[in-house]
Amino acid sequence: MWMYDKKLEYPILIKNPNPALAKLIVTQYGGPDGELGAAVRYLSQRFSMLTPQARATLNDIGTEELGHLEMVGTIVRQLIEGLSDREIEEGGFAPYYVDHGLAVYPMSAGGVPFSAATLQSLGDPITDLTENMAAEQKARSTYEYLIRMTDDPDVIGPLKFLREREIVHFQRFGECLGIVQDYLDQKRVFAPQTACES
Amino acid sequence: MTEQELLQKIMELDFYIIDLHLYLNTHPEDADAIGMYNDAVLQNRDLRAEYTQKYGMLTSNHCVSAVPWQWIDSPWPWQKAANFELREENV
Repeated sequence: MWMYDKKLEYPILIKNPNPALAKLIVTQYGGPDGELGAAVRYLSQRFSMLTPQARATLNDIGTEELGHLEMVGTIVRQLIEGLSDREIEEGGFAPYYVDHGLAVYPMSAGGVPFSAATLQSLGDPITDLTENMAAEQKARSTYEYLIRMTDDPDVIGPLKFLREREIVHFQRFGECLGIVQDYLDQKRVFAPQTACES
Repeated sequence: MTEQELLQKIMELDFYIIDLHLYLNTHPEDADAIGMYNDAVLQNRDLRAEYTQKYGMLTSNHCVSAVPWQWIDSPWPWQKAANFELREENV
């Protein structure tokens, strides 16, 4: 069960519309390394995770990702709210507009709708936690690419905040991996234990 | 404090608590960090009570409402009216 807090995790107030930028940033809403995939990945994996520390981490990072989904949706909406027909056409936003209007839709920058095929929930705690460490790095890279695509400080501020959270989450999943490996009494190596080692 | 100052203070504390919370999940024996966490939660509880009393409902199902129903009135987090520029000097 969740409670809703009627505020963002980090404030967003964008003064200048920018449909071309919105079309890129929407990828962190519903793209292959976006916040929706992150939330679904962690909140699904938690059901079969081992150790109290790793279960709590999946639950709570998955919850924070829902807040990040809300932040990215806010950025997209504020970048396109109130666009004129001319701004839509000149910003290259017409293809998005005819399919989704000025609404927020979970898709990648390339226009591919959100798909759970971009994420995994496998039930092997080593596999799942390693996937999550990679997912956090992929999201960090994407935020860095997005930051390079704009010079608007109103957008860069929240993007930098979101990028920093990927780094913290990566650290926490790495700690969980160590805890789970200790629990399984495996060697602390970042590779699956093969049959010939055991 | 104005509504915006109070909201920014609550948002700062909320973030501090979220980050400490994640840290404590993998460092459950860190008594100093638990002390910091508890202090922040208690301070935040007071600020949130003050906000709710003065300006309206902040959290679903945990705030009482005046008449008419307050939840639908205040701007939503994605609307510009609910947001503000982060003022570095207050951070």
